[in-house]
Amino acid sequence: MSANIAEVERRRAAAKLGGGQKRIDAQHAKGRLTARERLEVLLDEDSFEEIDMYVEHNCVDFGMAEQHIPGDGVVTGSGTINGRLVYVFSQDFTVFGGSLSERHAEKICKVMDAAMKVGAPVIGLNDSGGARIQEGVASLGGYAEVFQRNVLASGVIPQLSLIMGPCAGGAVYSPSMTDFIFMVEDSSYMFVTGPEVVKTVTNEVVTQEELGGASTHTVKSGVADLACENDIVALLRARDFMDFLPASNREDVPERPTSDPWDRFEESLDTIIPASANQPYDMHEVIRKTVDEGEFFEIQPRHAANIICGFGRIEGRSVGIVANQPMVLAGVLDIDSSKKAARFVRFCDAFNIPILTFVDVPGFLPGTDQEHNGIIKHGAKLLFAYAEATVPKITVITRKAYGGAYDVMASKHLRGDLNYAWPTAEIAVMGAKGAVEIIFRQDRDNPEKIAEKTKEYEDRFANPFVAASKGFIDEVIMPHSTRRRIALGLRKLRGKELANPWKKHDNIPL
Amino acid sequence: MFKKILIANRGEIACRVIKSARRMGIQTVAVYSDADARAPFVQMADEAVHIGPAPAAESYLIADKIIDACKQTGAEAVHPGYGFLSERTSFAEALAEAGIEFIGPPVNAIAAMGDKIESKKLAREAGVNVVPGFVGEIRDTEHAVEIANDIGYPVMMKASAGGGGKGMRLAYSEKDVREGFEATKREGLNSFGDDRVFIEKFIENPRHIEIQILGDKHGNIIYLNERECSIQRRHQKVVEEAPSPFVTPEMRKAMGEQCVALARAVGYYSAGTVELIVSGADKTGQSFYFLEMNTRLQVEHPVTEAITGVDLVEQMIKVAAGGELGLKQDNVKIDGWAIENRVYAEDPYRGFLPSTGRLVRYDPPVPGWKGGIRGVEEGTGGIRVDDGVMEGGEVSMFYDPMIAKLVTWAPTRDEAADLQIKALDAFEIEGLGHNIDFLSAIMQHPRFRSGELTTGFIAEEYPEGFEGAPAGRTLRTRLAAIGAFVAAAYADRARRIDGQLGNRLRPPAKWSVKIDGEFHNAELSGDTISVDGEAVDMALEYTPGQRTLAAVFDSDENGDGGEQLIVQIKPVPAGFEFTTRGAKHALRILPTSMAKFDKHMIEKIPPDMSKFLVCPMPGLLVSLNVEEGDEVQLGQPLAVIEAMKMENILRAEKAGVVAKVNAKAGDSLAVDAIILELE
Repeated sequence: MSANIAEVERRRAAAKLGGGQKRIDAQHAKGRLTARERLEVLLDEDSFEEIDMYVEHNCVDFGMAEQHIPGDGVVTGSGTINGRLVYVFSQDFTVFGGSLSERHAEKICKVMDAAMKVGAPVIGLNDSGGARIQEGVASLGGYAEVFQRNVLASGVIPQLSLIMGPCAGGAVYSPSMTDFIFMVEDSSYMFVTGPEVVKTVTNEVVTQEELGGASTHTVKSGVADLACENDIVALLRARDFMDFLPASNREDVPERPTSDPWDRFEESLDTIIPASANQPYDMHEVIRKTVDEGEFFEIQPRHAANIICGFGRIEGRSVGIVANQPMVLAGVLDIDSSKKAARFVRFCDAFNIPILTFVDVPGFLPGTDQEHNGIIKHGAKLLFAYAEATVPKITVITRKAYGGAYDVMASKHLRGDLNYAWPTAEIAVMGAKGAVEIIFRQDRDNPEKIAEKTKEYEDRFANPFVAASKGFIDEVIMPHSTRRRIALGLRKLRGKELANPWKKHDNIPL
Repeated sequence: MFKKILIANRGEIACRVIKSARRMGIQTVAVYSDADARAPFVQMADEAVHIGPAPAAESYLIADKIIDACKQTGAEAVHPGYGFLSERTSFAEALAEAGIEFIGPPVNAIAAMGDKIESKKLAREAGVNVVPGFVGEIRDTEHAVEIANDIGYPVMMKASAGGGGKGMRLAYSEKDVREGFEATKREGLNSFGDDRVFIEKFIENPRHIEIQILGDKHGNIIYLNERECSIQRRHQKVVEEAPSPFVTPEMRKAMGEQCVALARAVGYYSAGTVELIVSGADKTGQSFYFLEMNTRLQVEHPVTEAITGVDLVEQMIKVAAGGELGLKQDNVKIDGWAIENRVYAEDPYRGFLPSTGRLVRYDPPVPGWKGGIRGVEEGTGGIRVDDGVMEGGEVSMFYDPMIAKLVTWAPTRDEAADLQIKALDAFEIEGLGHNIDFLSAIMQHPRFRSGELTTGFIAEEYPEGFEGAPAGRTLRTRLAAIGAFVAAAYADRARRIDGQLGNRLRPPAKWSVKIDGEFHNAELSGDTISVDGEAVDMALEYTPGQRTLAAVFDSDENGDGGEQLIVQIKPVPAGFEFTTRGAKHALRILPTSMAKFDKHMIEKIPPDMSKFLVCPMPGLLVSLNVEEGDEVQLGQPLAVIEAMKMENILRAEKAGVVAKVNAKAGDSLAVDAIILELE
């Protein structure tokens, strides 16, 4: 008996050393933590319970039979974040470069299956050189097993990926199918084919960082949601992030106490809309002054910044916020912003998170670039996402709501539960100038008449009352009372029940 | 007494005048431009009249519009505030013609004091010390050299119509005079349309001290002691105080009497200020010289009000209505000490660049316009905030960048300065750059505390610009203690989320706090907290979400006494940004269990942005003045951005060669877009 106890301890100690001190030091020298250290930061102190610590690979080719390291390059198990259960896997770069073997994949699949059974999130910490080439197709099979589980888990349990090292080739497709991706600046990258292949095939010379670094994916491509300064910040941000999410689609959003009064007035919002319609303002201020304590966890802050997406809380309960940003491209909807917001809206809907929409949108971005790249189908994604969403939906039109973009942005017609407008709202087919130029085309050489008609159009439509008279707006609210209205609305909507017709799945315009 | 007066001004001074008028039972009329339609002074006044577009030249400076507004509302008198029309004889005359009283001095006094050469002659005649110099027409360079040699070097050559530092040249030798005289003339002509130049002795260790004058229409003139305004930046006053630490009772009397004599010489009534330049090098206090007389209410008048108890605006209104001064010279007192700090919309961390925009947050330490002349009582003193803005309001580019005047009064100078530090700590402004940290740094500066001031104070003490006030060991230890407490409060709240697996977890008790690159170990246990093994006696309350916190250190067993520290708190990933005592401190706070990993993190040096020309706001690039390969000088205009229909000139933050141009004229740029890069 006692011999076995000693043996467990010996084996545990051996497993915890991963690829050995030399490799651990190398990992540290790159500013990266080891797989287990990362879990220590991510999870509550002493909460991590590891499984499959002694799993080893089953490969006998290319000298692998002699190399066995317990754990096989990935640390798996479960733990808590602020007391709430999460399942985790953390790839260990010190063991075979974190490469994915058949057994390594099986370990990941095991925690994903467990998470699905109990309805708890899965967080993957990715730091892997790719497939275990010595294993050949077995490794590829392993990836696909993980992919299949990512897909089945999608919309059932939240899946978060942290990219904390290399993530290349087939490996990228698992994170890409999870709900959110956080990347560590200057030490992580994601691409389907690396710089060397790119050079061979296209003669293009590009660095790893440029091709798929944190900046590339959080600014240009929009593949990732957040770039973090270093490992610790990424892991702490992930902790904060998980506090917004329910454990699964079977659960309501989490609630935590706040001392921020639900009916707090913000007089300063009464003056945020500038006197001139052409002047921008920062929609973040509206969001921060509406949510609890001004705390807003923004997703993709630097990609398609003409739309803002992120999580906040009202009365301690999570809400997803989508808002046009007049500071960037006047808040116009384009391909990138439509895709960004559509995916966010669908996430919220899948996980019972109410959606709060702030609207100040002049329309869709015109131009051949947009049309040729399919703004029709991409714009439709956001329309589709809002229309199918059954969670509580509250919309506040702060200023412009023009044209088709008005319809898209969680309008009444898309089953908006509460559609509010500030007195500064203008709900119209288009701006007065453009409208008059079309309606009174024959008078285009008569500037006086155009000016007069523009004024007439403005008087008629540059307000929320026409829309309110048709019931498209439930109430015109004072900006300072926005938080109170929303808090009250969300309370009342807690019992909302709404289901879409049965279908195998929808056919969103991908 | 008047039933209704109009205030031909805006912002804090309009609010200031309205407040006194209201207390006197007088109705008030505000006038406002487009830019001020939502401003507090417009709301405060009983009536408001719109007088035109935002630029002052099209609104506040048009006398006819003011007079029309008086007629329209039946206002019997106009208070001009400071600036704008306050010292324009034409305005005072036009009012007289329209039968409207001007709440200010007689026209002839404004005229006499408006001309630098004229006023000096008058001062000399009235027996006021004037800076040795030559008053009169200077024929040519040879004449100038002769004069300068007579006076003795160093001398200052000044454009007669100049001001604000323009058209001034210092000469240490005959050579300097020969080289600079013509240039000074040209500057005067170009800037002010007047090429007359005068030459005078240059004063060493100069201090700016001024005498407040108050007179009535019955021949009574008194002086309400002095104010010292030596702390200036580019001739813009920043800190003012009353009394002056340099002035003795004898000196005060000598200065006061000379200034009264001057006022009497021009038949002065209402409030006025005689500015004197004083040589700090002459400890006898006899080297004070007439500089100029401002025939209006000064920005810094509250410090005089605080030590004398006299409401200057009230007196001005009474005098204008024909009343007699309520007090005699013998009754003018000096009670305690008052300091005023001007809170400007300018960023001391970025070379004091002016900053305009929306006040996303604005929360002064005490509400503006509450309390008496010494403001709201605080301990043995008082805090007064004179402001004309509100949260959600705009500091526009059209007018003066002053956000507020923070005035403290206390029995002693040190107490008044300490109260400033405390009030500045509690002053919350977000949305635009401001100089609160800089003001606090001055209040803490040993040289300021010693009273050894000169007008060169800022230039001498901050030659490399401002990087935040230095924080001593005690402050850093206290911030570490507060940091751990606040981090624990957030951690505790986070652990109150629902849906937990087991019993609620306790927040970590041991924290590693990194402040300004230095590590501290903080430990919380029950009600006590220790930093680096030493107990910190601290009492505070904090609820997550609070933006300001007040901690008391080292109070006695009953919780009395002790030192208060107010900190503004902003959560950032893995820590907080604390703002207090004139600096921002980045705190990285981790539970000790995690802190051991921190050493592996690679410190990221933020890129040096000075080589980038960054678009400060979304806008249209109207023009780009340079091309790749061009050499540029510091401050050279590089590009013009049109945003909000305003053209903003972007200047080089350092000298260099243009390495790369990323935009072209006609491009629409987002905020922070890099327009060009320097090598």
